[in-house]
Amino acid sequence: MKQDFFEIVSNERLTGNVMELVLRGDTSEIAVPGQFVNIKLDGFFLRRPLSVCNCEQGANAGASCGAMAGKSEGMLTLIYKIVGEGTRALAEYKAGEMLDLLTGLGNGYDISKSGDEPLLIGGGAGVPPMFLLCRNLIAAGTKPTVILGFNSKAEVFYENEFKSLGARVIVATADGSYGVRGFVTDAMKDILYSYTYACGPEPMLRAVYEKAACGGQYSFEERMGCGFGACMGCSCKTKYGSKRICKDGPVLEKEEIIW
Amino acid sequence: MVDSKTAEEKMINIADAGMCSTEVVLSGVILDNPIIPASGTFGYGYEFAEIYDINCLGSLSFKGTTREPRFGNALPRIAECTAGLINSIGLQNPGVEKVISEELPKLRACFKKPIIANICGFSIDEYAENSALLDKEEQVEILEINVSCPNIHNGGMTFGTEAKMAAEVTRAVKKVTKKPVYIKLSPNVTDITEIAKACEAAGADGISLINTMLGMRIDLNKKKPVIANKMGGFSGSAIFPVAVRMVYQVHEAVKIPIIGMGGVASARDAIEMMLAGASAVQVGAANLVDPFASKKIVENLPKEMAKYNITSLREIIGGAH
Ligand SMILES: Cc1cc2nc3c(=O)[nH]c(=O)nc-3n(C[C@H](O)[C@H](O)[C@H](O)COP(=O)(O)OP(=O)(O)OC[C@H]3O[C@@H](n4cnc5c(N)ncnc54)[C@H](O)[C@@H]3O)c2cc1C
Ligand SMILES: Cc1cc2nc3c(=O)[nH]c(=O)nc-3n(C[C@H](O)[C@H](O)[C@H](O)COP(=O)(O)O)c2cc1C
Ligand code: FES
Repeated sequence: MKQDFFEIVSNERLTGNVMELVLRGDTSEIAVPGQFVNIKLDGFFLRRPLSVCNCEQGANAGASCGAMAGKSEGMLTLIYKIVGEGTRALAEYKAGEMLDLLTGLGNGYDISKSGDEPLLIGGGAGVPPMFLLCRNLIAAGTKPTVILGFNSKAEVFYENEFKSLGARVIVATADGSYGVRGFVTDAMKDILYSYTYACGPEPMLRAVYEKAACGGQYSFEERMGCGFGACMGCSCKTKYGSKRICKDGPVLEKEEIIW
Repeated sequence: MVDSKTAEEKMINIADAGMCSTEVVLSGVILDNPIIPASGTFGYGYEFAEIYDINCLGSLSFKGTTREPRFGNALPRIAECTAGLINSIGLQNPGVEKVISEELPKLRACFKKPIIANICGFSIDEYAENSALLDKEEQVEILEINVSCPNIHNGGMTFGTEAKMAAEVTRAVKKVTKKPVYIKLSPNVTDITEIAKACEAAGADGISLINTMLGMRIDLNKKKPVIANKMGGFSGSAIFPVAVRMVYQVHEAVKIPIIGMGGVASARDAIEMMLAGASAVQVGAANLVDPFASKKIVENLPKEMAKYNITSLREIIGGAH
């Protein structure tokens, strides 16, 4: 974990209520896809957790003098859905403004288990962490398929970004206005895959869990007090005992999940 | 034993801090400074030790410990409030045996200062049993007894809301330990001074206050309480004035030292709490949103003291009376 101030490079709308936030700052603690950052917003007591969508470590990670000494000035992309007061306030922040972030939080996805043809499934606000995961899986030589689930065509984002990574991309919309009609599980029907990685609303995770024949890793959300393991606000029961979503998660192995 | 350091040693301390002394004493236990992370907001220290040397703190109060392991309450357990939060953790902890065999060794590895053990119980016997076990831990120098737990033998009413029960817990714990016993009081009572006095009369060495205030938030979309347990404990900056008031009142009512807490978020808040009557100050919710909060308060104390012409924190305790 690290605390640092990040400069907003851009904060722009991707769809009606989904924003893409690009930040510049010390990304050195961000090691694994599926980890998250916790953002302090003016006027709000608790921080807001958002998944790392993309992260470029800084070129000057090894700088030994000047303002950047010991710092790795990298780029961090987050994608967030406006759902309440905090995310609404975040959408008002402008390029050039600074944000206080805790970085390097959570365990993240383990890509070593993916097999040759992993299936990545992101639903709505669960799509963002799939991006860095997909990038890393491709870099590791696997052939990922990505299923992105949304309610309707107007909500679709990042389809082309995933394609440009070189992944096979399938979009499912609940109302059938774009891609496969139905839920992400409907899009899973005719695909062969070696492993699943999923992030999205809990009903989606559960449906994927029941549908997928192979092992997988699922990322969970919970209301957080601290985000770094100190308060026990986010504990859930697993087959291996109680785990803190913020510290021992947010990613759980399929076999340990208790619904 | 009130203070084992020689006058000469004390002078050196003062010189080191640039002519100001932050040292305080709690029932014979000397703390380099009065800043103590509050129970439940600092785990067992090691998450914080990853990001700074927690030996800068005066002491540390670890998560409330029960006899049996507890998973705690249903989720959601956290609700945000203006300048604070509601928590309904439900005393999640691994149980006293694992705390001693697994957590305390990890805490000792990164923390060399006196430790405060926060102890809970669902019966008088359980309080005594947990206290007897934690009493054996050398680095535990103060037992802080959280009387905000429901009494399973008395319809679930919390021990801390009735003077007679709080006194009974105090007596039971005093029997099993020679270490200072601080009773941590709930603010959710009509007259906190009555309960503090009963604990003092029962032999308490000090009083910790305040625990969280009972609160509730409602989700307007779902039209239901945010917290699964409906109600929870409200804390954070918003409760600071209530805490200062209660510390002030209890300081007038008892002679034993007070550890003050509730909404402390800065060195100036800590000084205010001490003027109200606190001999030391705990920092809770602030640690959750800024993991460096306790460290920053310690570092800012000398500067803040200078601003108000304070050379020794020990001299300002109860100064507002
Ligand atoms: C590990 C993790 C990663 C996440 N990643 C993303 C992401 O990449 N993109 C995205 O759009 N959203 C993500 N979320 C959800 C996001 O944190 C919430 O949507 C956000 O906190 C809502 O804040 P608000 O003030 O707008 O909502 P409000 O409802 O006004 O918030 C009130 C309180 O509830 C909390 N809260 C509300 N909804 C959630 C939720 N779903 N999960 C956790 N806390 C919540 C808030 O943090 C705040 O403390 C993630 C959540 C977690 C736990
Ligand atoms: C998440 C959380 C967990 C807590 N757990 C305990 C506990 O186990 N035992 C206890 O005596 N107090 C517990 N408290 C109360 C705090 O120690 C403190 O008394 C209270 O929060 C007021 O201080 P604050 O406003 O600085 O948070 C907890 C508070 C919070 C926020
Ligand atoms: S949010 Fe505090 S432990 Fe997870």
